[in-house]
Amino acid sequence: MTNSNAPPARHPGANYLNSSYGVRSWLLTSDHKRIAIMYLIGVTVFFAIGGLAAALIRLELLTPAGDVFQAETYNKIFTTHGIMMVFFFMIPGIPAVLGNFLVPLMIGAKDLAFPRINLLSWYLYIVGGLIALWAVVHGGLDTGWTFYTPYSTVYSNGWVVVTAVGIFIAGFSSILTGLNFLVTIHTMRAPGMGWTRMPLFCWGMYAASIIQILGTPVVAITILLVGAERLFHLGIFDPAQGGDPVLFQHLFWFYSHPAVYIMILPAMAVISELVTAFSRKPIFGYKFIAGSSIAIAVLSFLVWGHHMFVSGQSVYAGLVFSVLSFLVAIPSAIKVFNWTTTLYKGSVSYQTPLLYALGFIGLFTFGGLTGLFLACLGLDIHVHDTYFIVAHFHYIMVGGTIMAYLGGLHYWWPKISGKMYPEYWSRVSAWVIFIGFNLTFFPQFIVGYLGMPRRYHAYPEEFQVLNVMSTAGASILGIGYLIPLVYFIWSMRYGQDAVDNPWGATGLEWETPSPPPTENFPETPAVTGKAYDYLTGREEAAVG
Amino acid sequence: MSRHGNGHGSLGAYFAVFTALMVFTALTVWAAYQHLGIWNTPLALAIATSKAVMVALIFMHLRSSPKLTAIIVATSVLFLGFLILVTASDYLTRTWVPIYFR
Amino acid sequence: MADATHAAAPGAPPELRHHFVDMEAQKEASALGMWIFLVTEVLFFGGMFTAYVIYRASYTRAFEGASNLLDLRLGAFNTVVLIVSSLTMALAVWAGQQGRKSLIVLFLLLTILLGSTFLGVKVIEYRQKFVHHEVPGPHFVVPLDEETHQPLPRQSEMFFSLYFCMTGLHALHMIIGIGLLLWLVARARRGEFTPRYNTPVDMVGLYWHFVDIVWIFLFPLLYLLGRHAL
Repeated sequence: MTNSNAPPARHPGANYLNSSYGVRSWLLTSDHKRIAIMYLIGVTVFFAIGGLAAALIRLELLTPAGDVFQAETYNKIFTTHGIMMVFFFMIPGIPAVLGNFLVPLMIGAKDLAFPRINLLSWYLYIVGGLIALWAVVHGGLDTGWTFYTPYSTVYSNGWVVVTAVGIFIAGFSSILTGLNFLVTIHTMRAPGMGWTRMPLFCWGMYAASIIQILGTPVVAITILLVGAERLFHLGIFDPAQGGDPVLFQHLFWFYSHPAVYIMILPAMAVISELVTAFSRKPIFGYKFIAGSSIAIAVLSFLVWGHHMFVSGQSVYAGLVFSVLSFLVAIPSAIKVFNWTTTLYKGSVSYQTPLLYALGFIGLFTFGGLTGLFLACLGLDIHVHDTYFIVAHFHYIMVGGTIMAYLGGLHYWWPKISGKMYPEYWSRVSAWVIFIGFNLTFFPQFIVGYLGMPRRYHAYPEEFQVLNVMSTAGASILGIGYLIPLVYFIWSMRYGQDAVDNPWGATGLEWETPSPPPTENFPETPAVTGKAYDYLTGREEAAVG
Repeated sequence: MSRHGNGHGSLGAYFAVFTALMVFTALTVWAAYQHLGIWNTPLALAIATSKAVMVALIFMHLRSSPKLTAIIVATSVLFLGFLILVTASDYLTRTWVPIYFR
Repeated sequence: MADATHAAAPGAPPELRHHFVDMEAQKEASALGMWIFLVTEVLFFGGMFTAYVIYRASYTRAFEGASNLLDLRLGAFNTVVLIVSSLTMALAVWAGQQGRKSLIVLFLLLTILLGSTFLGVKVIEYRQKFVHHEVPGPHFVVPLDEETHQPLPRQSEMFFSLYFCMTGLHALHMIIGIGLLLWLVARARRGEFTPRYNTPVDMVGLYWHFVDIVWIFLFPLLYLLGRHAL
């Protein structure tokens, strides 16, 4: 097509979306941007399924009696909710959608290091998800997403092995994504982009990828052993054959605790970008935020026993895990302080992405503080397996990660689609989500502290008022999530065309057209300035 | 930049490592039959680790690979160590009773 | 894949993927990727090693007794076979760096032969276990101690569970490795490996050596731990 070193000639408006047409050109693509879009569709579908399960849970919990579903059915519903949300929405979520799209752009590369492995990652994700979905449709699984033994290996009547296979395959997808990011960030940064000039978004992806590489294989082998035990009656985790259920829990949580940091680190990475862009200031404490990301990645592997305080682990181990769990909060707190300091005396512009970022900072801090309560051994014994725990992790995962995901999606939507979303409705939905979220989950802290256990379809009557509030909140939250779904799709056809840099933000991704061409950059950019170089005033504030 | 082996020079190293691996295998089988009490297992692990290190350094060219590769390998061993040792510490301390309960 | 903008720069080697600056960068990325993948394998096998450590410490007598029931000669033979295969693999990589097609193919085929021998021996060993009802599950019969001919503790079943899971997973990795080697043979015979481009041989070599390292640990932990009591 070209016979010189000049960038390939293309007519104006040629970008990765219209460079080729047809389903095959998408399903066989190696373009990280297209793969990101395909992931976007996938995670949205699985989020909807998990959300439907959540709706059924809240429906049952409107009344104290277990009168909508039988106990075993209810167990299958919350298991479906957990599995769909954890493995097929939260873990892939920000890395596979925003990370895939942005990392090469942010570092000035043409693609990830292994584009075909990226595509393979997507297929593994879809296959794993379909297998898990098959299990749901054919009767489901009732063990909880945590698969505790020996119930999962010996006594459950659900589709343990099939679901385990689906999760195993999805785990492989996660590993390959992490591998791709690590190699890309190490080897493909543009000339002049040293580690300390890289956007903090990439640092967050890097740290999350470390966790994916080191942790996911352990849960992979663990669920493989669960499947083998169930099929062949091996007895590795069954006391009747000399096995130890607590060993299962050690192996399971060795991954599953760091997994929650796979969910939050990319979210924090997004927030770092949003806060600095909408304060129009360099971020405060770049190196501390970068270092905290790595510190969180490492420390996250040393705290898993705080899920096992009441499981029979030794008091000594409980003590050590408790202390380490307090420590792991420190780097997160450092980040929150750095973000708020960045906002302080910044030229703050309350666009929708920043609304989500502010929501994140408040809700994540709140949920994180309750995490400190839970790190405290004595307190945890009181609230373990109650709705206090449920509220804690939903504050972080929904109030935290999902808010960051939506904030990032809004921020980069002009780049991804070439269109602007409607600002009025985006603010409305941000508020609806914020209100709905708090109404759903704050009552759960109270009701959990008062003793309402989790994973039961019935509860004592005195908890009904708070549960009704929670269900009402969930309905509002559900509506709040539907609104962006509608207007994002609407904007692809009818939205205002976006300019290259609608926010006037720094970063290589904003120096490409909206949407970018397939090859991202006609020539590899050379980086000469620091990250978040707002103070030189070289970029213009554009339409916003 | 990675340079994986450099042609002729490494052939001798390959055969030397091969010989060492064979010797160490014989050694570990012999040592298994000796009555060394609690030292049997550490000795077997030390021999196995030495073999693994030789394979990694010479056969896998870790010796002539970038430093980053060695860091990556060390990290995997470190985190596997966390998994095994911290899990074991639970089991080892099951009978430890806090001082105020005695 | 249909994107027309991925035209190769003039003079670029055909093996250079468009998103890499040059072959050196591509090779560096490939090596880094393979090593990171091997990290995941360390942790993957590591989960089972953890279970092994815990149960071995808890059921020492049962494990030692059960270990003595494994055929040490076959295990040692397999260890030797794998070490030789590592040598032939290293020689295949060396030949790849020189671009010497017939040598590459020869050493790859030798590696495949040795790997297959290993698997054949494992089949023999597994069959023996089935015949003696030493397979965990409903048909497990508590075996007798080699020396005292008294029944071993019941937890000897746990040893065999871990034995089958660990060596089984290892054997699966060997099968995959042999598949990769066959793919390399096909490519080598087409003359695809030159001094400029031999990364696939290198990468499969890394994988093969890793699988050998796993066995280097499996052998003493499974076959040798009770011999001192004999």
